Amino acid sequence: MAEATAKKEINLEKVVTPGQLVRKRFMRNKLAIVGVFILLGMFLFSFVGPFFSPYGEYTLFYISADGVEFSSDDLKGFDPSGAGVTIGNRQSPSSTHWLGTDKDGRDVFTRLMYGGRISLTIGIVVVFFQIVLGVTLGGIAGYFGGKIDNLIMRLVDVIYCLPTLPIMLIISSLLIAYKIPQDQKIYWLTLVMGLMGWASVARLVRAQILTLREREFMVATEATGIHPARRIIKHLIPNVMPQLIVVATMGMGSVILTEAAYSYLGIGVPFPYASWGNMVNVVSDPIIMRSYVFMWLPPGLCILITVLGFNFVGDGLRDAFDPKMKR
Amino acid sequence: MWQYIVRRIFIGMFVLLGVSMIIYGLIRIAPGDYVSNLTSSNPEVTQEMIDQLNELYGLNDSIPEGYSKWLIGVMQGDLGTSFIEQKPVTEVLSSKMWFSFWMAFPAYILQILIAIPLGILSATKQYSKTDYAVTTFALMGMSLPSFFFAALLQRIFAQELGWLPLSGMKTARMDYEGFALVMDMARHFVLPVMVLTVLGIGGLMRYSRTNMLEVLKEDYIRTARAKGLSESKVIYKHAFRNTLIPIVTILGGMIPGLFSGSMITEGIFGIDGIGNASLAALRGGDIPFIMGATLFMAALTLIGTLVSDVLYGVVDPRVRLK
Amino acid sequence: MFFNKTAEQKEAAKKMKEIVKSNKAIIKKFEDEKKRKNVPASEYQTAMKNPDNILEIDNLHTYFYTDMGVVRSVNGVNIEIPQGKTVALVGESGCGKSVTSMSVMKLIMGPSGQITNGAIRYNRASGPIDIVKTPISEMQHIRGNEISMIFQEPMTSLNPVFRIGAQIEEAIMLHRPDVPKSDLKAQTIKMLELVGIARAEGVYASFPHELSGGMRQRVMIAMSLCCNPKMIIADEPTTALDVTIQAQVLELLRDLKDKIDASILLITHDLGVVAEMADYVVVMYAGRVAEQGTAHEVFLNPKHPYTIGLIKSKPVVNQLVERLYSIPGAVPNPVNLPNHCYFKDRCDKCIAACNGAIPELKTLEGGHKVACHLYTQGGH
Repeated sequence: MAEATAKKEINLEKVVTPGQLVRKRFMRNKLAIVGVFILLGMFLFSFVGPFFSPYGEYTLFYISADGVEFSSDDLKGFDPSGAGVTIGNRQSPSSTHWLGTDKDGRDVFTRLMYGGRISLTIGIVVVFFQIVLGVTLGGIAGYFGGKIDNLIMRLVDVIYCLPTLPIMLIISSLLIAYKIPQDQKIYWLTLVMGLMGWASVARLVRAQILTLREREFMVATEATGIHPARRIIKHLIPNVMPQLIVVATMGMGSVILTEAAYSYLGIGVPFPYASWGNMVNVVSDPIIMRSYVFMWLPPGLCILITVLGFNFVGDGLRDAFDPKMKR
Repeated sequence: MWQYIVRRIFIGMFVLLGVSMIIYGLIRIAPGDYVSNLTSSNPEVTQEMIDQLNELYGLNDSIPEGYSKWLIGVMQGDLGTSFIEQKPVTEVLSSKMWFSFWMAFPAYILQILIAIPLGILSATKQYSKTDYAVTTFALMGMSLPSFFFAALLQRIFAQELGWLPLSGMKTARMDYEGFALVMDMARHFVLPVMVLTVLGIGGLMRYSRTNMLEVLKEDYIRTARAKGLSESKVIYKHAFRNTLIPIVTILGGMIPGLFSGSMITEGIFGIDGIGNASLAALRGGDIPFIMGATLFMAALTLIGTLVSDVLYGVVDPRVRLK
Repeated sequence: MFFNKTAEQKEAAKKMKEIVKSNKAIIKKFEDEKKRKNVPASEYQTAMKNPDNILEIDNLHTYFYTDMGVVRSVNGVNIEIPQGKTVALVGESGCGKSVTSMSVMKLIMGPSGQITNGAIRYNRASGPIDIVKTPISEMQHIRGNEISMIFQEPMTSLNPVFRIGAQIEEAIMLHRPDVPKSDLKAQTIKMLELVGIARAEGVYASFPHELSGGMRQRVMIAMSLCCNPKMIIADEPTTALDVTIQAQVLELLRDLKDKIDASILLITHDLGVVAEMADYVVVMYAGRVAEQGTAHEVFLNPKHPYTIGLIKSKPVVNQLVERLYSIPGAVPNPVNLPNHCYFKDRCDKCIAACNGAIPELKTLEGGHKVACHLYTQGGH
């Protein structure tokens, strides 16, 4: 051992950046690495996968009177409303439909990929929205204090107490009342989830800033007369950054879970769009639950694995960022 | 202490005011009106009720006027009458919350019994195989969608093995009484309790682990070792007592929430609690119940944080609340 | 920040990987050794070099295997503590004083910290033992009972959720089966009175946060004395206290030591404390002993340039100085220790020999030892 360290000609303390240390601690966490691979796999599956699928998200399959399968994209000269044509729904997994077809006759495997697109996109957009809102309002509250702080924090309290599911249900019926087209509902869903979720980020940022503000280096920036906006952006935000990254990663997981729950209840991503949540929805029919496991098990597992991936990575990041976790 | 609690309750009132305003506002901004939109699909609603409702909510008034009318009713303890149940909302809430409670409470106890020992085990053996296994298990629980896990359990235990009922609160057509009825209901509660337990274990276990790790680094743990105490005494007496402070605090804060029900789990298993009732109310346009139930849930959240803050002062000898 | 790496950083990353790998193997070896059960007593029995000593630290090495490399906190230290005497361990922060004392108690935080070499011979009533080889289960009879420790931070060293009385009683109950349960409280209060706490009854029922720093340190002292230890390790017992309290606590320690006839290993960076308390002085620098001897010798006739610097940098009352002396530079990075004298870069008396091997500890007249090339034969 003594020889191994004696050979060292470079001084690690001077060369190694804090970022490198964090990265190294992260890489050593096996669960975190598993998480990274899960997420990479899921992104490839959802965003690149559809290019390799011969079917589209809404392609319906029919079976002609003489047993030939054709789809709404490729009619092969048949007429879907023709005599003897049946909908090719609830087909068991086969070489043409790896996970079978759903109750309307769409390919489950293909919809799984499109569902992943929607879930992951919503997760990222909503979390981005929450972080921007939370950092801005939490930062203002923490930095300026006083009346502004009081006002923002009471707003945070109110949002924190709003039961989210009932609100979503009310909003969903509002969307129906305003006759919002199906394809725009996803934007509304994203917006509402963002508006309902920033409160905890704001609390975190405010608490961090309150403690940081008392610290010597912040007093020093004030004494040197640096502009408040610059103080917040250059000095406070980088200090809150590690926690924000962790919260954002874990947050993506929980947003995906919430979106899945909404879609399951029929107030999230609307048909005919695919979402993992609304694909599991069919399980409420006991016959499908019993006999068509291939319809609801894969999307459920996809949710579980993706959220788990985010949680593994988030947990690993938290440990890696923690300067006390030296080992 | 009392002054602190009174002040918190006072602030809480304002928060509840905000919550009810938002929900009332949402209901009123629909074109046409929310009542006819929602009630049109509910055959139990008569024209008389609609008139009564319009009157109660002042739907012919402006939004502020209508809201203040509702608010005056609430201040007199009148939350209105539920359409679906045909009973005062307060009465419905106070009867249904017990079903929610009896579903959530066993899960709460199980979570405590499983999560805390696992968290401590995981912390004392940090970075070992046990730690990795427990962490994976905990994070899996946190990543499970409740409806999917419920479906899995139903598929396995109710459909495949036939050990437990699929849903509902008691076996239909079987007029059990007394102890048999209790046992029958208990069987119906097993699966929902399992769902809530597994979903909740992860967070609590991670929380215990983090806190235990923090405490194990403290100077007084070194003092305890320097005294010659055995490792188990150091961990289970000195470290554990300190870890309990934050744990008891959040556990206490969770108790009010046990009454608020869980829409998805109750819905899937047909448990007739607050969650299921509000789901039905939201779908059936039972506005008085929606307003009452959301207010109730918000109040429980507020009481939860208050209980947790007060407990912190009680459990930790160093903290005095101002 | 994650991807743009310079060649230097790449090399550093590679190096770190190697370090981690080798650390893992070494730590495993030591931890496996610790896990052994039922270690026979013959394995850790030993003989004292001098039977008049209570403790002999012999060529002690305590290393910390961190990701940045091996921190050689204690790197070949020899200290002898005679029965009933006070030995002061002096040096700057980070020179390995505390690690030495923690090694004696076997309280080094694993798995990264390990005693890698050397012996700590303790002259036990039942026969001398080597603490380094003694299993933790046996150490639990020694800690707090035969050897006790007073820590640097009285504010955080008491458990905040237990009352003072309970924390002291715990130690008595553990090590003194002769004290009946009914006498526990009386005994504890007696201990509190012994350390000069006036309202002992009140303090007995208090929580630590209700007491001041000085009071807490008294409680710590009471706790460490309650089992009549043969040896007390005081790790900077007065550093965290204000000056007036410091003097009281030192006075107390000195009185008590005579009362129970214990030996003291006093760790401090305050030379004033040393002058007041110690019979012998050991000056440590960067994990090694620089100079040792009787307090009288070391103070009046310091040999090592480091000791001379330390004494010069202490303010003296009634003496007009233009500017207080300070030793230039800082303690070398314990990961990257040079292969010449560790003090060379800060020393104002360097000679040619200083570029050569690390100086060994040489005995001068009167048991005074120093590790400096200035005093080696032909060094002048």
